[in-house]
Amino acid sequence: MRTFIAKRLLLLVPILFGVATLTFILMYVVPGDPVRALAGERYDEETLERMRTELGLDRPLAVQYVVFLGRLARFDLGRSFVTRRPVAEAIRERFPRTLVLALSAMCLAIVGGIAIGTVAAWGRRPVVSRILMTFSLVGVSMPVFWLGLLLIYLFAIKLRVLPPSGYGGGSIRNLILPALTLSFASMATIARVTRSGVLDALGEDYVRTARAKGLGERIVLGKHVLRNALIPVITIAGADFGSYLSGSVLTESVFGWPGLGRFVVQAILKRDFPVIQGAVLFMAVLFILVNLAVDLSYGAIDPRIRPEGGKR
Amino acid sequence: MRSIGGYWRRFARSRAAAAGIVIFAVLLAATILAGVISPAPPGAIDLDAALEGPSLHHPFGTDPFGRDVLSRIVHGARISLGVGFLERTISLLIGLFLRSLAGYFGGRLDSVVMRLADITFAYPTLLLLIAIIAVVSPGMVSLFVTLGVVGWASVARLVRAEVLSVKEREFVQAARASGANHAVILLRHILPQCLASVLVVYTLGLGMTIMAEASLSFLGLGVQPPAPSWGGMISGGIAFMRTAPWLTFFPGLFLTLTVCSLNLIGDGLRDALNPRLAPALAKPPRVSGARSGAAIEGSR
Repeated sequence: MRTFIAKRLLLLVPILFGVATLTFILMYVVPGDPVRALAGERYDEETLERMRTELGLDRPLAVQYVVFLGRLARFDLGRSFVTRRPVAEAIRERFPRTLVLALSAMCLAIVGGIAIGTVAAWGRRPVVSRILMTFSLVGVSMPVFWLGLLLIYLFAIKLRVLPPSGYGGGSIRNLILPALTLSFASMATIARVTRSGVLDALGEDYVRTARAKGLGERIVLGKHVLRNALIPVITIAGADFGSYLSGSVLTESVFGWPGLGRFVVQAILKRDFPVIQGAVLFMAVLFILVNLAVDLSYGAIDPRIRPEGGKR
Repeated sequence: MRSIGGYWRRFARSRAAAAGIVIFAVLLAATILAGVISPAPPGAIDLDAALEGPSLHHPFGTDPFGRDVLSRIVHGARISLGVGFLERTISLLIGLFLRSLAGYFGGRLDSVVMRLADITFAYPTLLLLIAIIAVVSPGMVSLFVTLGVVGWASVARLVRAEVLSVKEREFVQAARASGANHAVILLRHILPQCLASVLVVYTLGLGMTIMAEASLSFLGLGVQPPAPSWGGMISGGIAFMRTAPWLTFFPGLFLTLTVCSLNLIGDGLRDALNPRLAPALAKPPRVSGARSGAAIEGSR
């Protein structure tokens, strides 16, 4: 196990390096001239030249690349073209909001999904399971931004019980709709996976043994059935959580949630390259780390899939 | 090896897959017959008929310019499906090409290709898409480039994993033991197995691509107005949610139906072509793209 972790951590180095490089290439090589975007309407050649020197864009690409990596090592992501604010500072301000949204969505998805899935498997009624399968299919096929708008229409416009959008100073009422929207697809998948996991586990010998030796139904369900049924749920929840954290771009845009995802979209519309670069890099690194943590947690949860040496 | 008929029977027996095919066929027909179905050309502006609710003349209502929503939806389907099919095919070709090259030369090229795929995968999909769009500026061409850049990696990774795993199966060893040469083994035993999963990934990926295009267009980074794209229509309807909810409702419904039918077909194909994968519903593979559940990671 220890060598496995060490190997995965070592593999992290080239991937992080690759992501940094790709992000650098994306932002510096392809766009015609970031200075022109920065200067906007009022540019003349002299100003452009001065700005280029200021930003270090007149130096050879290789030098820029080294400078870029050096700054990265100090967590310096540069300043926004538009607000002149350090990008790292803006990310620090916005990330907690994305985190709150991601965490609440994940809790909703896990609790709701496991509850629905267990009930469906327990009942064993074909009608229930058919409804569940339909729900999970629709859940994964529905565009999240459309679902968000439907919820806004229902709860904010028709019933007028919840605010349609905005952060509301972090009030719970503003959090409900975006969290529900974000959680829906994961909830559907988790419900489906829980159901089939519980059905599988119910047929296992160890469940029969547990019942035969007189354990109560609640203990059998909790200790023997669910524990085994939930392993795949962790896979899904982990993978989804990684993508939630890395900016739920669409959900945040629909609900005007001032998190990282919306930050990036706004930066793109303004062609604010340092912000795009910094935020994309931050989210990608976060995504990689969460996925790594999920991969490593498999072994901790299920000793059977603990890897020997390296290959998973 | 089973006959094609056997696969087809198993596929058609699944009622869910059949439903998927029917829905998709209807959508496809509507797309092809867009000119016939549409009450008006998709771009025809009629300000006297602006923001009218669903009626006989305009089944799905009209938008703020008085353009017929149904017409725009069926013409938008051309864009959605067109982008989807074209992108999938491009990704498939790039993925297969790089893979076969790497498979042929092996060694260093193989690991370079796979590291590239790893790096592509390290990004959340939608984030990478919008990061590239940010650079190349929105439009049809950049949409293809972007979706292709992101799409090839999953194909490449899947084909490689398939070849590697199929290579070790008993029936391949049996064929080898009975004296079959490399070409026979590759063509008759390994490739059909891989094609099955490529087909599944193509179908499920089609849904993902269509969703990705709609998401980008929704954010204003994909197909640009006045071209009728579903994502763009939905975002255009937001301002009129109170007075004209049909503007957001119908395009979203079509998008959902399309992705739904493709997911049904993909799941059915997977079960029919590879019964070994059928119980794997409980254990979704980590290869993104082979996973129909929560299809576009990072896109929420």
